[in-house]
Amino acid sequence: MTAGAGVARYVAGRVGRTVLVVWAAFTVTFLVLRLLPGDPVALYLKGTNGYGEVTDADVAAARAALGFDRPWPAQYVTTLFDALRGDLGESIRTRQPVAEMIVGALPPTLQVGALGLLLSLLGGLALGVAANLASSPAARQLLRSLPALAISVPTFWLGLVLIQVFALQLRLVPSLGGSGFSSVILPAVTLAVPGAALVAQVLGKSLHDTLREPWAETVRATGAGTARLVLGRGLRNAAIPAVTVSGLLVGGMIGGAVVVETVFARPGMGRITQSAVAAQDLPVVQGVVVVAATVFALVTLAVDLLYPVLDPRIRSTGRLVPG
Amino acid sequence: MSAPVGAAAVDPGAGAARRPGRGRWRAWTRPGVVASLLVLAVIGGWALAPGLFTGRDPIAGVPGEQLLPPGPAHPFGTDALGRDLFARVVHGTAVSLQAAAIALAIALVVGVGLGVLAGWFGGWFEAVVMRVVDVTLSVPGVLLSLLVIAAIGFGVVQVAVAVGVAGFASFARLARAEVLRVRTAPYVEAALLCGSGTGRILLRYVLPAVAAPLLALAALDFGLVVLAVSALSFLGYGQPPPAPEWGALVAAGRDHLATAWWLTTLPGLALTALVLATNRLSRLLDAEGRTR
Amino acid sequence: MSAPRVEEVPRAPAGDGGPGEPGLSVEGLEVTYAGVAGGSVALSGVGLRAAPGRITAVVGESGSGKSTLAHAVIGLLPGSGRITAGGVRLGGTELTGLDRRGWRRVRGARIGLVPQDPGVALDPLTPVGRQVADVLRIHERTGRREARDRAVEALAGVGLPDPAVRARQYPHELSGGMRQRVLIAIATVARPELVVADEPTSALDVTVARRILDLLRAVADAGTAVLLVTHDLGVVADRADDVVVLAGGRAVESGPAPTVLTAGSAPATRRLLTAAPALRPPERRDPAGDGGAPDTPGPIVRVRDLRVSFPDRGGGRTGTRRTAVDGVSFTVARGRTLGLVGESGSGKTTIARTLLGLQAPDSGSLDVDGHDPAGPDRAGLRRLHRRVQLVAQNPYSAMHPGFTVAEIVGEPLRNAGVRDRRERAETVASLLDGVALPAGTAARRASELSGGQRQRVAIARALAVGPDLLVCDEPVSALDVGVQAQILDLLVDLQRERGLSYLFITHDLGVVRHVSDDVAVLRGGRIVESGPTTRVLTDPRTPYTRELLDAVPGLRRLTPPLEEDHPWTSV
Repeated sequence: MTAGAGVARYVAGRVGRTVLVVWAAFTVTFLVLRLLPGDPVALYLKGTNGYGEVTDADVAAARAALGFDRPWPAQYVTTLFDALRGDLGESIRTRQPVAEMIVGALPPTLQVGALGLLLSLLGGLALGVAANLASSPAARQLLRSLPALAISVPTFWLGLVLIQVFALQLRLVPSLGGSGFSSVILPAVTLAVPGAALVAQVLGKSLHDTLREPWAETVRATGAGTARLVLGRGLRNAAIPAVTVSGLLVGGMIGGAVVVETVFARPGMGRITQSAVAAQDLPVVQGVVVVAATVFALVTLAVDLLYPVLDPRIRSTGRLVPG
Repeated sequence: MSAPVGAAAVDPGAGAARRPGRGRWRAWTRPGVVASLLVLAVIGGWALAPGLFTGRDPIAGVPGEQLLPPGPAHPFGTDALGRDLFARVVHGTAVSLQAAAIALAIALVVGVGLGVLAGWFGGWFEAVVMRVVDVTLSVPGVLLSLLVIAAIGFGVVQVAVAVGVAGFASFARLARAEVLRVRTAPYVEAALLCGSGTGRILLRYVLPAVAAPLLALAALDFGLVVLAVSALSFLGYGQPPPAPEWGALVAAGRDHLATAWWLTTLPGLALTALVLATNRLSRLLDAEGRTR
Repeated sequence: MSAPRVEEVPRAPAGDGGPGEPGLSVEGLEVTYAGVAGGSVALSGVGLRAAPGRITAVVGESGSGKSTLAHAVIGLLPGSGRITAGGVRLGGTELTGLDRRGWRRVRGARIGLVPQDPGVALDPLTPVGRQVADVLRIHERTGRREARDRAVEALAGVGLPDPAVRARQYPHELSGGMRQRVLIAIATVARPELVVADEPTSALDVTVARRILDLLRAVADAGTAVLLVTHDLGVVADRADDVVVLAGGRAVESGPAPTVLTAGSAPATRRLLTAAPALRPPERRDPAGDGGAPDTPGPIVRVRDLRVSFPDRGGGRTGTRRTAVDGVSFTVARGRTLGLVGESGSGKTTIARTLLGLQAPDSGSLDVDGHDPAGPDRAGLRRLHRRVQLVAQNPYSAMHPGFTVAEIVGEPLRNAGVRDRRERAETVASLLDGVALPAGTAARRASELSGGQRQRVAIARALAVGPDLLVCDEPVSALDVGVQAQILDLLVDLQRERGLSYLFITHDLGVVRHVSDDVAVLRGGRIVESGPTTRVLTDPRTPYTRELLDAVPGLRRLTPPLEEDHPWTSV
């Protein structure tokens, strides 16, 4: 009876938090980009129009067309309501609607991101469990230090090294651009390596700690072997930190896409972001950040909603820390 | 370090007192740790006195020596303009390390300041700070940095600021949690009962207790900060050419990926070695801090 | 409370000797932990027998090797621990030298383990019924449904009400006592020959602990051999048939429980006997109280109708509050000791914190030697803390481990205006002398001291400003039993010398008897009974106090003379 109320309270709290975070991300983005010194429109026009003179009138006209001439609170209200309707404004550079650009760029990014996420989770799970089950201490030590190594490698460099080895030397996959599944493999692997390392590290440590909790001795004292202990009880108990990290991974994938798409010269969200920042095309940057923050917040919400499924203590108390 | 327990045989449990013994320095002689210290020493040397490590000019190229593979004359090879890559890597060290240090300092000072004040004073201030922290943590770090760069423009310092701003939240969160933990710790309450004033309690009891885990986090974060700064440089938001910087060197090498592998591989290797070494040492420091 | 299913097992004879006999026999057991200097020996030459149908208690102070013994018997020595000599036989099977697979067949099926802390010994994410059923599924290839049914049966057997409902619940939904019953069900469901209980009651409240011991008695009565490991001879006194006393990794004394408890001669046994507060001879304190109190007017503490509540953590912003102290009134007379007794959650620590001004009360009037701790101003609190000081429960967390004893004890002196270093050092030295610490202690860091030494330092610090009242919040419960008695003696001596008043907070009636003139019994934030210690202990007027008294292990058997209804009439 209390369990139902606990879950309802928990879900309501988490959904409310998600809405709040998305709104706050929008507001912070708006404030950072509009209130900092410098006029983005003038900046852009002067930067591109190297030949002809840019008159104040030109700038004023462009500002009026983009709605930048009104006081910022009015701009804020308008852009907020526009965003709620799915209108994220238009690019200063191309005058293309930002929402359209993002929708067009999503599919290639999702392909790489989804495969990368899958590889991260599988790789991390395998490595984390193996590091605890390996029978020889040397093997355990090796498996435990692998993630630390992988986390220290810069993603952009890893991508370039993979291209050199697998595309240019071994010619197993196309090097840059390309289409089809084979062109997704290297970018996805590049994206997955730091993620897998993170999952392996967190899951490995969590499992290690779990197997040393007093209740694990109770289970051992009933005659259960290590495999039964790990697979039957341990993984579930060790899962919460790993699930939390998996949520963070999605954030890492969004950020990693910028680097990986640049390295592999692939189209997508990352490329749009990279070039928008390079051109200081602020509406596009704002749109990308808000969309990414929304995606990330929704993933975090999904992870939060997974906790009560994993842990009955959260079901009954509605709190993450049992007490 | 400490006197033997000898004299005070008051309690049978006296032997329970634990002292860190000679084993303390054992951890520092492990091969991985020694290698990490060496890497840091060499890279530190590059940053402080690049002239000692290479006599070649990092900016001016030598005609006729374009795109030479690594060899005795040019240990890292040369680039398309005939510049010695090793010289460029060595001379780029200082810039890369400075940017990382600035970023970390911003994150540490802003984060710890806000976190400590929030934890100590509570109330609306704490509520506002912690909401800001929540929002910051809910936007992927790279995007936050890109947002800041889009707003304030390009350059090494700008990149450092962007990375620092993206990183302050975790420090603020930890600092607040630590202050809250220490505030109600029995020994702080004992100090209160002894009549110690607020300032004295903060200075003598709270600050030292809060500092250790924060410095441990800073050490752990250093590798991540180096990676973030170099990634932004790689994307082209950092140092303008021809000045060398590690991330930018890798980016420049992309144009010759098929013909000159060393241009991307070797600067990246130096970067990886630096991050690996700092990560190894910071984990050791963290572990030592915990056992103390 | 009886275990119907277990009782079907025929009661085994209490045999004596012979290699193939039922039960556990340990001979010449040596356990070594590998270490830097060639390893350290945790047990050497330990021998004992645990016969079916009997409870064999292994008693020892911490560090005596008793826990190592329990783990060696079940083959779960931690880390580098190895059996280096001797043997462990169970019903004719040699257990030492079994490989992993062999051990897996023994554990759970032939030996059950009842672990120490039921709060953490159950998998939090698995319903308790399944945790019991899993034992059967491991050893008997039982089907899922049959295992579930038998698990419910086993839960009923250990006295869990509504076993079918409980079986589907998670550990956090059960009380500590119920969890310990579940753990006993896990240990016994496969009908093992031996149950090893490792300090099974140390984490439980006294009343609950008593019922768990009764249950273990029932398990033994049903024909199982029970090896009960404990540090508390009081626990042993009531329930064990045989006692083995361990000290320094050796069995120093063994025999039938009554013999060891009354005629035990080994030094370790004597120490354990005098250490268990409940087993000490009735107090030398006389009710008249010549504690050196001058004829001062009025009590030093007067509390009227105190109420304290905390925001309920689950309630969010709606503001529901949990009442911790609910209308409590009491006084502490000058130069005397009021014992505030209650189980965990009774509100006793909240009262202490309120008196010290560390917790704001909701309502009620407080008067501590003319000061009001609830008064808002900081200077007033400072003046209060010249009169009242605290000796906290945990001497490890109550002082900064990196500070020297001189700094710790000197801190209040410094704050009180003693600026001169040498003067401070002299005062510190005399304070340390007062708590029987050698002068050299001043230069040592807190982290180098044992728990008992730290508690002495804490007392010295509390006495530095010359207070009249000490609030002692469970001052010995975090200490080893042997050290407990020393600290209690020190407190009694200090009171006599300095005419101190004590508010003495404890969960342990045995401790109260040792130090208190008056007692107030707390339950759920209310005082259910109060009066002079001797009266309350001999003639409890509420059922709860009686229950608390009954629960004090050892009181019934060891307090002479033993009379049926009024064991305290002679006091």
